Amino acid sequence: MTQALTVQNLTAHYGATKVLEDLSLSVGKGELVSLLGASGCGKTTTLRLIAGFLEPTSGSIRLGDKDLTRLPAYKRDIGLVFQNYALFPHLSVLDNVGFGLKQRGVAPGDREKRARAMLERVGLSQLADRLPGALSGGQKQRVALARALVIEPPLLMFDEPLSNLDAKLRVDMRVEIRQLQRANGTTSVYVTHDQEEAFSISDRVAIMNAGRIMQFDTPETLYQRPANTFVARFVGFENLVPMTVSARDGAEVTAVTDGGSQLKLSQDRFGAIPDVFVLAARADGLAVSTDANAEGIPATLGLRTYLGRAYQYQADTAAGQLIANGSLSAPLEPGALAKLVPVPDQCCVLKPE
Amino acid sequence: MMTSRINPLLILFTVLVYIFLMGPLIIVLGASVSDTTYLTFPPQGLTLRWFENIFEISAFKRTIITSLELAFLATGLALLIGIPAAYALNRYRIKLPSWLSTVFVLPILVPEIVLGFSLLKSVAVGMQTPIFLTLLVGHMLLVLPYCVRVVSASLASFDFSIEEAAVSLGSPPVKTFFTIVLPNVRSGVIAAFILAFITSINDVSTSLFLTGPGVSTLPIQILAHVEQFFDPTIASVSVLLMLLTVAVMSIVERTLGLTFLAK
Repeated sequence: MTQALTVQNLTAHYGATKVLEDLSLSVGKGELVSLLGASGCGKTTTLRLIAGFLEPTSGSIRLGDKDLTRLPAYKRDIGLVFQNYALFPHLSVLDNVGFGLKQRGVAPGDREKRARAMLERVGLSQLADRLPGALSGGQKQRVALARALVIEPPLLMFDEPLSNLDAKLRVDMRVEIRQLQRANGTTSVYVTHDQEEAFSISDRVAIMNAGRIMQFDTPETLYQRPANTFVARFVGFENLVPMTVSARDGAEVTAVTDGGSQLKLSQDRFGAIPDVFVLAARADGLAVSTDANAEGIPATLGLRTYLGRAYQYQADTAAGQLIANGSLSAPLEPGALAKLVPVPDQCCVLKPE
Repeated sequence: MMTSRINPLLILFTVLVYIFLMGPLIIVLGASVSDTTYLTFPPQGLTLRWFENIFEISAFKRTIITSLELAFLATGLALLIGIPAAYALNRYRIKLPSWLSTVFVLPILVPEIVLGFSLLKSVAVGMQTPIFLTLLVGHMLLVLPYCVRVVSASLASFDFSIEEAAVSLGSPPVKTFFTIVLPNVRSGVIAAFILAFITSINDVSTSLFLTGPGVSTLPIQILAHVEQFFDPTIASVSVLLMLLTVAVMSIVERTLGLTFLAK
């Protein structure tokens, strides 16, 4: 039976180095949650703690109503899929898949039937008698997936499962993983450094940095409404402009950039604006306008590149270089003067770091 | 048909190397079947009586048995220590200090004569241990480095996430070691066994100090025999030792293939 996972206040050390700090995470029944971050952010450590290969300094890990915190790894009943497949090289594909059932004391006949059925589901029934060495990367990962799923674990965890596959196969496999996970309704934790991969298959994503979760939310929210400058930068907000409020008039706020450019922003459209803030925008979030009266950051346009859906400009402003997109109908030449106008729906007002 | 040209110098070199490697063995083999009472090559006449003679000299019979017992026991014990040591050195490579693996090579670095002499002084004389036991300790120390190094080399290419996969599927760690880790380093263990076995059975330097009244090894007995006699018995014993080695190798080759030695 699939179960909800609750991780509370988890702290872990490697020797004297703290690698995880007060991490809390809850994964609902049947939910797929990704841990996303650069290498060294603690995502794999978190997975290994949940799997039982590492011991936390403090905190607790619960699966349903079972406390896993001090349970040895082999009693945790968690399905694991590894980056390098980790198939047993001396066992046939069928025996690899049947291994977990054997540990659970399933009789040989029943074991083979269930292993074959699972191989059928991942489309590899014709390779049952091969050794793993004779399989391609994609086939190996399917076997690994079948091996983890056949024990019907209450929790399934993936550690960068697609990193060793080529780009095309990666996309196919992630769809396949998501379909199998959905069909079985297995609670899953998925570790990856690939943002597209995480966002495309997860119900929720935890973006991690330096042993902490920076934001834990749905991919949509993370992508559109990052909660802090770290997440904003991570999900591709190229422009982070520090600003200070100089005057308030009802909902209207006048803010000044580092270089002294003034900008009027409406709290009705941008949300509550604190006295010191960072305006975060993707290139799409800053519209290039040649209207001298437009409410934007004055800029001198530099290099223009063609994106297909728009032109992108490197723009020099008093607040430093920003990146903005302009319309396809009116290309502008380098050296042209323009205003970069923040688009309310596509900008975020964030607290400074 | 196309034939590729081979440099004649290369052929000459190859032949010379083969002569250099095989020559001594052929001479010993020839001398062992010579129908003379002294060692000579090429053999004069043809007889197997020197082989019969080995078994008529009781000292040879006794020492062959001692040497075999010693080689099996020392190698077995060294593997019992060496496999877990190699496992730990590889599994916890990051956590362990790097000099630790060097410790297991020390017996190779110390000249065998020094090893033998120090064991004689500190163990045989110092602790009054029985001769066979001292020999066993000496041989075990002698072959332990081979066991640790060869098994380590096998484990170095073993991916320990395979072990973790087994554990995550519900296999307890000790069971996992025997069902998952060991089968995958089997070739290394067998290679270690062969190397250690041959090293033990051929050892002179260390054994020289540790053998004593009533207990000796075959190579030491050969040495003692040569000092007194110059008949071809000694050549036939050498041939016997060679055959023993070849037998061990071919059994392994038949069952596993020797390719793993190149790994």
